[in-house]
Amino acid sequence: MTTEKRTTLYTKHLALGAKMVEFGGWQMPVQYKGILDEHQAVRTKAGLFDVSHMGEIAVCGSGALPFLQKLLTNDLQKMSVGQALYSPMCDPTGGIVDDLLVYRIEAEKYLLVVNAGNKDKDWEWINDQAANSQQGMEIRDLSDEIGLLALQGPLAQEILTKLSTESLENLKYYHFIFSQVAGIEAVISRTGYTGEDGFELYLAADKAPFVWDELLDAGQGLGLAPAGLGARDTLRFEACLPLYGHELSATITPLEAGLGFFVAWSKENFIGKEALLKQKEAGIPRKLVGFSMLERGIPRAGYTIKKDGVSIGEVSSGTYAPTLGQNLGLGLVSSKEAIVDNEISVSIRDKDLKAKIIKKPFYKKGGK
Amino acid sequence: MNPKNLKYTKKHEWLLEKEGRGIVGITDFAQKSLGDVVFVELPEVGSKVSIGESFGVVESVKAVSDLYSPCSGIVRLVNENLYAAPELINDDPYDAGWLIEVEIEEVAQELLTAKDYKFFTLEEQEG
Repeated sequence: MTTEKRTTLYTKHLALGAKMVEFGGWQMPVQYKGILDEHQAVRTKAGLFDVSHMGEIAVCGSGALPFLQKLLTNDLQKMSVGQALYSPMCDPTGGIVDDLLVYRIEAEKYLLVVNAGNKDKDWEWINDQAANSQQGMEIRDLSDEIGLLALQGPLAQEILTKLSTESLENLKYYHFIFSQVAGIEAVISRTGYTGEDGFELYLAADKAPFVWDELLDAGQGLGLAPAGLGARDTLRFEACLPLYGHELSATITPLEAGLGFFVAWSKENFIGKEALLKQKEAGIPRKLVGFSMLERGIPRAGYTIKKDGVSIGEVSSGTYAPTLGQNLGLGLVSSKEAIVDNEISVSIRDKDLKAKIIKKPFYKKGGK
Repeated sequence: MNPKNLKYTKKHEWLLEKEGRGIVGITDFAQKSLGDVVFVELPEVGSKVSIGESFGVVESVKAVSDLYSPCSGIVRLVNENLYAAPELINDDPYDAGWLIEVEIEEVAQELLTAKDYKFFTLEEQEG
């Protein structure tokens, strides 16, 4: 009946009592026991996420590096094999096509990990750009072959160590190793989308259910919980990690979204450079801010943000932040109002409720 | 699961009638569908509610849901405990998680019995 795709873990999710929802063309678990419990498990112990819906695109060959340097805003020049890098991918207007992780798997082999809902669009975009590029390059869509599990939380290393042949002790943030996990070949990457320490495991999609069960077993007694997309969203929100379709889109530039750090001006050329340089010189019109509600209400995506009764922007994400116990939001507002401690208001059901711009991120592991 | 002494709406509110007063809440099915409730907005005491019209909202982590009144009348009490502890709606939807108490002027005609509501939710789940 449904045309939505299922990951190889679909029946595992059902057996665990997950509530399934559509996300990016996939049927995914939004929660098992409850978003608040799962959120808390990741902050204090560990959570296991199925993120196999993410897309993986491999770019190989001698032409790969120059091509990716043109395709992405960040600089891959200094990446060594075993490293991962975050980068926006822009169009010529500076709008964001997608945000992604690049892995340098081998000297001339890179893996791009893209958002599920953008994968088809990205695939087309990347191939279109490649058509204008030099030869010596092969692009492959590996999304259906690769399963992806995220083990996140302060106890993630302790749990994964039980199953991994390679030591994780010296694996640095945004680095990866080849290992076996419960006897299965896997790439273990110290990355994540929760604001906690943790790992992402890339492995053959058909082996993912086995490793999923082994991880849950290994985490038994340590408080490991399966966690759904609901908790993934509240966790990334507290850490102020942007989500495509909310903080990022084709009409938002990396500079507006506060991702200037991932735009490498020193590169000779990349798609969108001219437009972004122009925006930088003319002054960035809008900026992404974090805010806290001073009056009772939860800001939600799309609500209007005002200053002295006049619209200055829009909420991009907002929710009750479980770890902080506050109603918080992210939103794009005109730059002249984007000042910490500035008192603003959010229109919630025809009422303008007071809020205050606060520092980002809302949550940092290890406390403030 | 759904108490027999209550009447139910197709929007998943319940009504307990006693001596001209009506207590209103949301059902167990509703709280389960919503997930963790983190915010409640209720009308002021003395305000008027009308059959089938929104009188407030409950919000879970992910969603905002309107509350629809199964009766018309004047609000006499609101469950202020919910402001500090909205999770009472998840923990105890038919008792501690009640929402408002209304001095009833009129009750909606098409309310369901516990048994009919049960069938209705089963159908809705399959739908």
